[in-house]
Amino acid sequence: MEEIHKHFLNNNRRNFLKKAGLGIGGLALGSLLDPFNFGKETNPFASLNNNSLNLPHFAPKAKRIIYLFQSGGPSQLDLFDYKPKLNQLRGIDLPASVRDGQRLTGMTSGQAKFPLVGSNYNFKQYGESRAWVSELMPYVGKIADELCFVKSMHTEAINHDPAITFFQTGSQQPGRPSMGSWMSYGLGSLNNNMPSFVVLLSNGTGRPKGQPLYSRLWGNGFLSSLHQGVQFRSAKDPVLYLKNPDGVTAQERRKMLDYLAELNHQQEASFGDPEISSRIAQYEMAYRMQTSVPETMDISDEPDHILQMYGPNAQKPGTYAANCIQARRLIEKDVRFVQLYHMGWDQHENLPGQIKGQTSDVDQPTAALIMDLKQRGLLEDTLVVWGGEFGRTNYCQGTLSDTNYGRDHHPRSFTIFMAGAGIKPGFSYGETDDLGYNIVKDPVHVHDLQATILNQFGIDHTKMIYKHQGRRFRLTDVSGNVINDLLS
Amino acid sequence: MKKNNIKILSYFFVPLLITLAFKYVSSKPAVNDISVSNQTNEIVKTSSKIEVSEVNFNFDVKPILSDKCYTCHGPDDKARQANLRLDIQDGFYKSLEDNPNHYVINKNNPNESEILKRINSENSIYVMPPPESNLTLSEKEKQILKKWVSQGGKWEQHWAYTKPELPKVPEIKYKDWATNEIDFFISNKLESKGMTPSNLEEKEILIRRAYFDIIGLPPSLDEIDNFISDKSENAYEKVIDKLLMSEAYGERMAAIWMDLSRYGDSHGYQDDQERIMWPWRDWVIHAYNTNIPYDKFITWQMAGDMLPNATKEQILASGFNRNHKITQEGGVVPEEYRVEYVADRTVTSAKIMMGLTVECARCHTHKYDPISHDEFFSLYSFFNNVEEDGLIGYGITAPKPNLTINKKDINDDLSFVNLPDSISDVTLMVMKETENLRNTYVLNRGSYDSPTRLVKPSTPKAVLEFDNNKYPSNRIGLSKWFFDKDNPLTSRVTVNRLWQQFFGVGIVATPDDFGSQGNKPVNPELLDWLAYTFQNKDNWDTKKFIKRLVMSSTYRQSSKVKKENRLIDSDNTYLANYPRQKLSAEMIRDNALATSKMLVKKVGGPSVKPMQPPGLWDEVTGGGGGSLAFYVPDSGENLYRRSLYTFWKRTVPPPSMMIFDAPTRDFCSPVRQKTSTPLQSLALMNDPQYQLAAENLSELIFNENTSIENKIIKLYRTVTGRTPIDIEVDKLKKYLDEIKELNKIEDKIAFNSLAVLVYNLDETTQKS
Repeated sequence: MEEIHKHFLNNNRRNFLKKAGLGIGGLALGSLLDPFNFGKETNPFASLNNNSLNLPHFAPKAKRIIYLFQSGGPSQLDLFDYKPKLNQLRGIDLPASVRDGQRLTGMTSGQAKFPLVGSNYNFKQYGESRAWVSELMPYVGKIADELCFVKSMHTEAINHDPAITFFQTGSQQPGRPSMGSWMSYGLGSLNNNMPSFVVLLSNGTGRPKGQPLYSRLWGNGFLSSLHQGVQFRSAKDPVLYLKNPDGVTAQERRKMLDYLAELNHQQEASFGDPEISSRIAQYEMAYRMQTSVPETMDISDEPDHILQMYGPNAQKPGTYAANCIQARRLIEKDVRFVQLYHMGWDQHENLPGQIKGQTSDVDQPTAALIMDLKQRGLLEDTLVVWGGEFGRTNYCQGTLSDTNYGRDHHPRSFTIFMAGAGIKPGFSYGETDDLGYNIVKDPVHVHDLQATILNQFGIDHTKMIYKHQGRRFRLTDVSGNVINDLLS
Repeated sequence: MKKNNIKILSYFFVPLLITLAFKYVSSKPAVNDISVSNQTNEIVKTSSKIEVSEVNFNFDVKPILSDKCYTCHGPDDKARQANLRLDIQDGFYKSLEDNPNHYVINKNNPNESEILKRINSENSIYVMPPPESNLTLSEKEKQILKKWVSQGGKWEQHWAYTKPELPKVPEIKYKDWATNEIDFFISNKLESKGMTPSNLEEKEILIRRAYFDIIGLPPSLDEIDNFISDKSENAYEKVIDKLLMSEAYGERMAAIWMDLSRYGDSHGYQDDQERIMWPWRDWVIHAYNTNIPYDKFITWQMAGDMLPNATKEQILASGFNRNHKITQEGGVVPEEYRVEYVADRTVTSAKIMMGLTVECARCHTHKYDPISHDEFFSLYSFFNNVEEDGLIGYGITAPKPNLTINKKDINDDLSFVNLPDSISDVTLMVMKETENLRNTYVLNRGSYDSPTRLVKPSTPKAVLEFDNNKYPSNRIGLSKWFFDKDNPLTSRVTVNRLWQQFFGVGIVATPDDFGSQGNKPVNPELLDWLAYTFQNKDNWDTKKFIKRLVMSSTYRQSSKVKKENRLIDSDNTYLANYPRQKLSAEMIRDNALATSKMLVKKVGGPSVKPMQPPGLWDEVTGGGGGSLAFYVPDSGENLYRRSLYTFWKRTVPPPSMMIFDAPTRDFCSPVRQKTSTPLQSLALMNDPQYQLAAENLSELIFNENTSIENKIIKLYRTVTGRTPIDIEVDKLKKYLDEIKELNKIEDKIAFNSLAVLVYNLDETTQKS
């Protein structure tokens, strides 16, 4: 029975989808017409077109992910990678032997000297894991035993645009699908009234006019646009064009959709175009979202003690704190991939002042989110990732004063942390040298991190492929290894 | 299983039925499964075994070898294993390097051929492809290879690299149906598959189809009625001629060209500030409208600046090669990005002109196609001599080299540049060669900081040798090479893209890949006939060629799907009916503007900012972006211009376009996706632009002094082009009554709600 069912289903799908992979709408139809599932609501987002991928490849640990992207490049040396030596050597020039040919950005390549500078902020060890965390992140410090720090991240790009694009898509130049799109393509949706890939943005208060973002970072690249990240905004319309125009009631909408479906079916009979059914399904999904999205975004049912957990900005729409609550609510609705971006981490100058603003934005809400997931039993199968596109230099950009300094982009080593979904808690991986410049132990490349994240979802990163213009593409391009030491 | 049984089953269960049918009927080809062949090979699937009839190397065998073997046994000598290559003739017939008694193909004893032993082996060390490649051969693929070897294992040159000859127009059964040669090729193919072409489409549907395809706008009711009442023999031809003379034709063609030439109104990276290139876009519209022959159209864009005594118009056209993104991100290494720009020009030009994925050869020799690493950089060298900067400062809208066009230029020669009265001149980017030409080196892994061997300007040999005696070693020479009588690709790639414009899918379904991994032409004779004709008979006259396409009966067929044809060809690959298609993003919005009489038909000028949801730009620009930090919508007529004029900020492209599958314009895009998504439904229901259209149109019609039925019919016809049948009118009337009842509102308001419904009909966003 099962086999026959599958066989029919596949045939159905193949038939509708053959044309150069374009007949995406047919997917929804394929499932709609599945006689064994007839009548079941389907989610047109992330409808599966991946039969050949045989996903998941093995038992997954993670079902969902919240990626807390810190855009601009947070300074690992002021947050997690404790280097007292830099304080001792403050003002001394970075030895060329340590720099070892590393190319520099145009912002410091003209600098005559590269004076080392330690952090203005104190570090201390937290929890049983004795993880070093700076005084800028006390809340994160307190949950250190839940976290897995990777102190040996490295990347290839030295500037924001290529570096963020690399992290999000596996390639420095635009055009590839983002990680969330890949997951949506590979794994489909867990729910039937929400997109499977949702994006939330917030501005940093440390550097309010910081580096920009680009909508292609959550773009679907060459995958179907059903897999693109859907931005949930703090504006009146949380999703573009979600709200009915003033004066149009839900009842009227419902009526319109019913008539629309009837008239479209009429057309279907007349033209015999199988795509029509799928477009009817899109309208139904749109209608469901009109209810489900505002419901999810409305935090009025959150009790005070939860709001307090996330800190003073929890109820201020569009802040990082508010987005963290949203992220948890979306995860509760079984959204697969929640991608947050927090801007403002680009501290070329006035680092001590600016970074304080940034950490006050993110410290408490990040810790609250992880603990909130944990207390709801969601951390077990929800992966949380915190990190930026590169790190910052151990030497000062601009003028080094007694109290002030800046740091340029540093691709050779930086820190990210993860929690949940089978990632080893209370663990630090990788090491940098005493000057915090080079990795001396266990390097983790961006593709390694991506491979590891996919691994937690039961995906062999070498096998989740999409053929485009004759070439088989994957998130990790042609490299990447799962870092097994990070797994519990 | 009898035919009658099939008929009574609902349309949608046909696919299931086909599967069943092939368990019992073994004399017909399994339509579901012939993905490999559309030429000679018929595959009969029985319950346990696959049998393969005569196979063709190019169409059946090569796709398998390319996809499953070339990564290690293809053109790339660095990746090649066992010194064995299966992309050239010699590779197949030699003995194995490590085992001289064994032959890849053993002509005397086919079953002893190493290729067959390998693919059928169950030994994981011996089997090909090896397990670690994550590639496997299906049973069908193995059978095809076996059949091919037993047929003698004959090798053939890749179909796309031999120049098209004029094929004989085939004989057909349905001569009366045919209008021109295209129809003979189409009907011949249909007949060979046991199908019949469809009757001509009803006039009211046909005219809307032609309007959208040629000018991108719907016909007005008057235009539809005039066509219906015109009983003359050449009524349709008159419409086509009128459309091809319309200024809107150039706008429609330009919209497609803007995808290919990755046009944008911003620089595209990081802070993504404003750039000015719209005069180039105005030139494209002008060039299409004045029907500049395609060879000239391309030559001016490739090398207009280098032509002897180049006119300002020719220099302006060369702006094509500056449409790539340019970075303004402070910290970058300028040379890294300059190399990106040169590579982008190379890839874009190759994609448009050659339909090849040369970008694969930037880092290493192409894995599938005969394009070496050196050849990529030889091609690259044509575009490597621009006097440009890798990094440009903020606020620079037209980085050098550039061209300034003033009022006098416009009065003299450039009347098509629609400079607003308030501005005295405009500067845009164009091409210009550096005084001293740069040396071009092959870049190791394609990286700007790893130059290796010096190369000279040239083109991929396998396509056509670049004869230095014939062509200068510069962009003019490259253009000459594109249009050499012996170039096998230019004409095929171009006619294929035009075919795609009118039939939704190209004869080669991958217009950007005519190589090993691309699709094969479903009707190679037709492709060659069209290519030869466009090049040698039409002399690259685009309008003449388009007229040929739309005059064909193939184009004028009904779009109704005939079940008996669908059974054989479920995707309508062979065009037994006109393929119903979704309107493009531009058409969907322009249809709403035009049918509601809001459209402002002004050609050209600076890009415009219609309504879009507030905050979209500033929430990502982080304060940067200069003049593009905040989206400030225009006012007045700029709100209602055709969508090709909508301002294109690359990092936050207009949602009304993106939601409907427009590409980002980060790079050359020859194909758009055709998806249906819930976000599209939301936009059509709630985007104020569509609300406004519905309001405007419903008010115009409602105020007419006629019955409500007539008003409904008029509304329906205006928006969809089709006269609704009685059942439909009744339903709409019923909706109107129910809405009135539900909301306790007057007729007029309810009629507006009805208009929203009609704008949301599937039919409205389709081209039937």
